[in-house]
Amino acid sequence: MSLTTRRTRMAAAALAAITAIGGLAACGKDDDAPAAGEKPAKLVVDTFGEFGYDEIIKQYEKDTGIKVELRKTAQLNEYRPKIVRALATGKGAADVVALEEGILNEFKANPANWADLAPLVADHSKEYLPWKWELGKAPDGRLIGLPTDVGSLAVCYRRDLFQAAKLPVERDQVAALWPDWNAFIETGKKYRTATGKGLLDSVTTAASAVMFQQGGELFYDKDDNIVADKSAAVKTSWDTAVAMADANITAETATWSPEWSAGFKQGTFAATFCPSWMLGIVADNSGPENKGKWDVAPVPGGAGNWGGSWLGVPTQSKYPKEAAKLAEYLTNAQSQVAAFKLKGPLPTNLEALKNQEFLAYTNEYFNNAPTGKIFGESVAKIQPLHLGPKHQAVKENAFEPALRSYEQGQATKDKAWEQFAKDAKTQGAF
Amino acid sequence: MSLSATTAPPSPAAPPPRPPARRRSRSHSLTRLDLKYSPYLYIAPFFVIFGIFGLYPMLRTAWMSLHDWNLIGDHSFIGFDNYVALVKDEYFWNATLNTFGIFLLSTIPQLLLALFLANLLNRTFLRARTLFRMAIFMPNVVSVAAVAIVFGMLFQRDFGVINWLLSFVGIDAVDWDAERWSSWTAIASMVNWRWTGYNTLILLAGMQAIPRDLYEAAALDGASQWKQFWRITLPMLTPTFVFVVILSTIGGLQLFTEPLVFANGNIIGGDQREFQTLAMYMYELGIENLNTAGYGAAVAWAMFLMIALVSGINFLLVRRTVK
Repeated sequence: MSLTTRRTRMAAAALAAITAIGGLAACGKDDDAPAAGEKPAKLVVDTFGEFGYDEIIKQYEKDTGIKVELRKTAQLNEYRPKIVRALATGKGAADVVALEEGILNEFKANPANWADLAPLVADHSKEYLPWKWELGKAPDGRLIGLPTDVGSLAVCYRRDLFQAAKLPVERDQVAALWPDWNAFIETGKKYRTATGKGLLDSVTTAASAVMFQQGGELFYDKDDNIVADKSAAVKTSWDTAVAMADANITAETATWSPEWSAGFKQGTFAATFCPSWMLGIVADNSGPENKGKWDVAPVPGGAGNWGGSWLGVPTQSKYPKEAAKLAEYLTNAQSQVAAFKLKGPLPTNLEALKNQEFLAYTNEYFNNAPTGKIFGESVAKIQPLHLGPKHQAVKENAFEPALRSYEQGQATKDKAWEQFAKDAKTQGAF
Repeated sequence: MSLSATTAPPSPAAPPPRPPARRRSRSHSLTRLDLKYSPYLYIAPFFVIFGIFGLYPMLRTAWMSLHDWNLIGDHSFIGFDNYVALVKDEYFWNATLNTFGIFLLSTIPQLLLALFLANLLNRTFLRARTLFRMAIFMPNVVSVAAVAIVFGMLFQRDFGVINWLLSFVGIDAVDWDAERWSSWTAIASMVNWRWTGYNTLILLAGMQAIPRDLYEAAALDGASQWKQFWRITLPMLTPTFVFVVILSTIGGLQLFTEPLVFANGNIIGGDQREFQTLAMYMYELGIENLNTAGYGAAVAWAMFLMIALVSGINFLLVRRTVK
């Protein structure tokens, strides 16, 4: 036997072994699919931020005998890759997955990954805010998400810091300070003169607030073409934010950065725009020592919707029927009121929004602000928004960095806008 | 390569006559099998594992890079279009510049420092050497994410310790992640802190292998410590040094966690991508943007080629200059 043939054989054998193992690894599926009608021992729920499900789930476990594992991820940008990984590999997704509005759209673009909930649960289409219900549907008509919360806008402000700056501190007086955005900027200038600090946490939270007040189309038009630099809503938001940067009324912290988190406790800034779900985050960042120092006032320029989620069931779930039932349970009127009381996500169920317990709720941490009433009233005024498939990427990787570049003096107004227009095209392509 | 079974000359000697099969005992044949094949079995674990976790992903990535690939959807074959686009991609070159910038800022001081420390630890008169050798390795044991978080806090703009210290010498607070030079410095400091000790130990091991009598002879001839270092230690250390340089090159060009945590998890690395590394750009395209997974795979392969190239150049350079 010559050396060469032996070598070739060895190589072939090695290659065969590798392929065989690769193949094995690729199809190492666990085929313990449940028999029809079998009740699951456990269901897994994936959420990000704070959904306030801890108590509700205990009740569900008691009622049904099915154990529920609640997997929480703190931030959306850590949470999204986990879902992507699970969908891309076909493994590891939870049975019920929370989908935020910014990322829902890109998942809607591939609806086959999600179970159609319509045949699995009762017809709830009339029980929720109509636009919210519609947004849970994929282009092919299947219902991939049941509505959870909505992110109606308000301003969180620090009473003690306002007092130190000789500004009014009571809710209605504070509201009177800023009927519109110009008045808000003027207040910011007064605060700067009095304290030398920025009133607002960051220019991008303001930009988001303005953007989500506009309603209609933002970065994408109705047919999901990217129109970021031609959109009137985006331009209004950009201009308002630029005016704030020019007026020097912010603390120049980047949202979600350590400076930002620490800033709540340290009083680096005295106000931030908080959608209902943000209340829990403000409270957590500020800590118990600042309890009662924060308060909630209406936002300048009217109602808007920032954030909010749906619950979906991935097709890879072994118990789609039970998972859908759990999602139904978690989004019903009673659960939505309970979640709101625990962590602040605002109901989208019409019955929950009329619930006396909800409307009468006051938030102890925020100086007993009647958050049920404040947010509940603004919900009805929300303009439906159309967010395109890659809204979140355009907002976080094109719009906000460009705006911050301008605020920090790294780019001129024109350069920053150019940067945004260019990046929006690449980030928004799908 | 061109040799094949058909063109190979026939074996000169006729094959030895086979002993009659009946007489061969079972154990004898097993021993023969054992002698012949068990060495392959012994080295198999590495190759099997490499096949699964190294070769297979690499080939699959290469395959992906020739496609327009949606991570959670469809894909179609497009040939080398991704690579053509890559060459024209401004952000790819930006990431390349950042990666090499941080690489140089971290590798050069790191290796010099490691060489210095290793030489120090190699001295015979140092007391409690083992203690120091262990202590120097400590940073490497700490989780990279923890390092990045702690350094991220040190380099904070508003409440960071570094800015606080700078304020004593009258320097204004630096917004560390807003500029190229400052963000590169901050990230390079994390890398240096974590890897200097590791390289020191490898270099020290190399130094220990140098025969003592060389130094004794040199000392008798009146060579100073400094001269001994240049004339004996450094030339004898070349193979180890090459190894360390290549290891640092591979690690440095794959930099990911430190800049990512420094950017608070934002994959674009700074508002103007001032510290987005190649690995981050690859992740942005391949994982974050679901629909450009194929393009991300192309970046991965470009990165691989770059690392191979730079390692090769470093290998040649180090061999030349140190000799």
